[in-house]
Amino acid sequence: MRWGRIRAIAIKETIQIRRDTRSLIIALFMPFMQMILLGYGVNLDIKHLPVCVYDREGSQNSQALLKHFQASEYFSIIAVLKDYREAKAALDSDRCRIVIAIPHDFSQKLSDSGGSTVQVLADASDDNTANIAIGYAQSVVGEFAGNLAVAAQGFGGSPARLTQGVDLEERVWYNEDLDSRNYIIPGVVALIMALVGALLTSLTISREWERGTMELLISTPVQPSEVMLGKLLPYFAIGMLDAVFCLVFSVFWFHVPFRGSLFALFFTTSLFLVVVLGVGFLISAAIKSQVGASQIAVLVTLLPTSLLSGYAFPIDQMPPLVQWVTTLVFARYYVTILKALFLKGSVLEDLIRPVLAMGIYAMVVAFLAGRAFKKRLD
Amino acid sequence: MTEVAPKGPAIVVEDLVKRFGDFTAVDHISFHVERGTIIGFLGPNGAGKSTTIRMLCGLLRPSGGRAFVSGIDVAKDPETVREHIGYMSQKFSLYGDLTVMENLRFFGGIYRVPRTILPERIRFAVTMAGLEGREDSLVSTLAGGWKQRLALGCAILHRPPILFLDEPTSGVDPESRRRFWDLIHSLSEDGVTIVVSTHYMDEAEYCNTIALINRGRLLTLESPTTLKKRNLGGDLLSIECGDIGKAISLLEGQPGILDIAAFGNAVHLLVDPEKISPGDLEGRLTAGGVPVNRIGRIEPSIDDIFVRMVGENSPQGGAG
Repeated sequence: MRWGRIRAIAIKETIQIRRDTRSLIIALFMPFMQMILLGYGVNLDIKHLPVCVYDREGSQNSQALLKHFQASEYFSIIAVLKDYREAKAALDSDRCRIVIAIPHDFSQKLSDSGGSTVQVLADASDDNTANIAIGYAQSVVGEFAGNLAVAAQGFGGSPARLTQGVDLEERVWYNEDLDSRNYIIPGVVALIMALVGALLTSLTISREWERGTMELLISTPVQPSEVMLGKLLPYFAIGMLDAVFCLVFSVFWFHVPFRGSLFALFFTTSLFLVVVLGVGFLISAAIKSQVGASQIAVLVTLLPTSLLSGYAFPIDQMPPLVQWVTTLVFARYYVTILKALFLKGSVLEDLIRPVLAMGIYAMVVAFLAGRAFKKRLD
Repeated sequence: MTEVAPKGPAIVVEDLVKRFGDFTAVDHISFHVERGTIIGFLGPNGAGKSTTIRMLCGLLRPSGGRAFVSGIDVAKDPETVREHIGYMSQKFSLYGDLTVMENLRFFGGIYRVPRTILPERIRFAVTMAGLEGREDSLVSTLAGGWKQRLALGCAILHRPPILFLDEPTSGVDPESRRRFWDLIHSLSEDGVTIVVSTHYMDEAEYCNTIALINRGRLLTLESPTTLKKRNLGGDLLSIECGDIGKAISLLEGQPGILDIAAFGNAVHLLVDPEKISPGDLEGRLTAGGVPVNRIGRIEPSIDDIFVRMVGENSPQGGAG
């Protein structure tokens, strides 16, 4: 391997990127667009959920509880109902997502046995929202009195959920505000790096085949590994720039905390870039048309990264088979690392397993990419 | 890069074969090329010229036979072969989105021309290609002749002892073609061995040796002069007359007429002078209602010889 040849290819590639509008857009504009779209677009938080209340007691106690609901930022009381028929109608017509019903013996039971139940009727046709809403309701009631319990009853076709006598004290770590943006953004960084990296490099070999320059290049004494390194170096630099951009944007624009080590971030990002650039290069070497190569690149990076990396959809809630599949998705390890670095403040030593997994991936992909294209026409 | 060349021919080809599936593109070709000479591969499109050159450059794996370039087996050690050659592919293949200088620097780097001598080599290439003042133009904006000379300049930056040029003059104007051949000659005078393919028969005159290739077979390998003196087995006559089609149908198959073909606005005939004279021919055409403007013996051109040889070598005839 000769540095002079790698250098010649890297310089040539850099000039070509600089003169190619499409590459520039992918390299510089796409990370920005993705950050904005996904940072603002994907929001799993529930705030000011419309709520109807049915207060069968109308006592000081029950009113105090309802004030707690009104004061919470999770709920907005939009109507006070007079009977269960109205409650059903309110849920059916989508006026509200949950109904809070306070029993007629609420105060009495409180003073008699020191515990009472509040009923929550939730529209569980969107069971994710219903679950979260019930959780929030629980914490509001919990705040009101430690010994109150919430009986949550599923509504709208889903099995009834009954939570009785729960007395839980919640302590949320790492994402104290339960802000879903903090949870999403580190994953978005992985998504951007995967997409940009693979998309840019997927064009690099196929472009030479399409333009006929490859035939001349392979007639020279250049080694396949020199071509790979020379071509990937500029893209690696772009990828690192994009990583810095994503970090700055996440921290200063979206106010996502970054608590981990910067060294660990750049080390793992390098590993991840080696994998995605190598994958793009492999695709490019296998598919000799630019359009075909870029489509495959999007398919093999965007899809698994957005669905199976755990960036938005938690892996431990997937069926076991799918969970097993995610171990093959290299972005999964990077997402794990990013979340740990951003939110937990981890250092490299805490992340041995995902870092090792990425290291193995990087080595395999670099090895394959180094001999991906043959210096032959047949 | 220019090492002391080992003795022996620059290129040795023995029984070389290339098959693509059922199609045999190169069919048992054997020849030698002496150092410092220009060998021209002549033949129609699809004859196997490019395939042969690509095998010699190590770009295609031979299906059979052997080939040695500078004494190195192209099938076993294509990488070492590539150190010793320069190549211009059929399709123009420099980087259109790079400037003249950027292309030259790139290939200088790829061929590992030492940095101390690269500027001088680049200056030489720019002068040779007549690109002074256009060093910073994008290559895609250059006219064909310039592109072609720049491609040659890039191919010789590392001073290879052997140069393969695959149809370098196709699609280039006649003036640029002539200028290009002058460059090839001066390289040859410096001792470079040059293998060049073309389908322009008139370019054969510029070569030391001509390899006539048709349908993957090597028809002949000789100098243009010997090739033209080649006994076609009769006299070659050219007849300029009114209705060429009618003339051919009148004369074809007559005793003494060995071969007949339309050639531009004339009919070229190969005749046995013992059996038929120009006067007989003129008489027969006039009697058949075809007025003859001119009739006479001509020196066979490479084209005539090619057509004749193709006729001898394939039962179907024609140049395919």
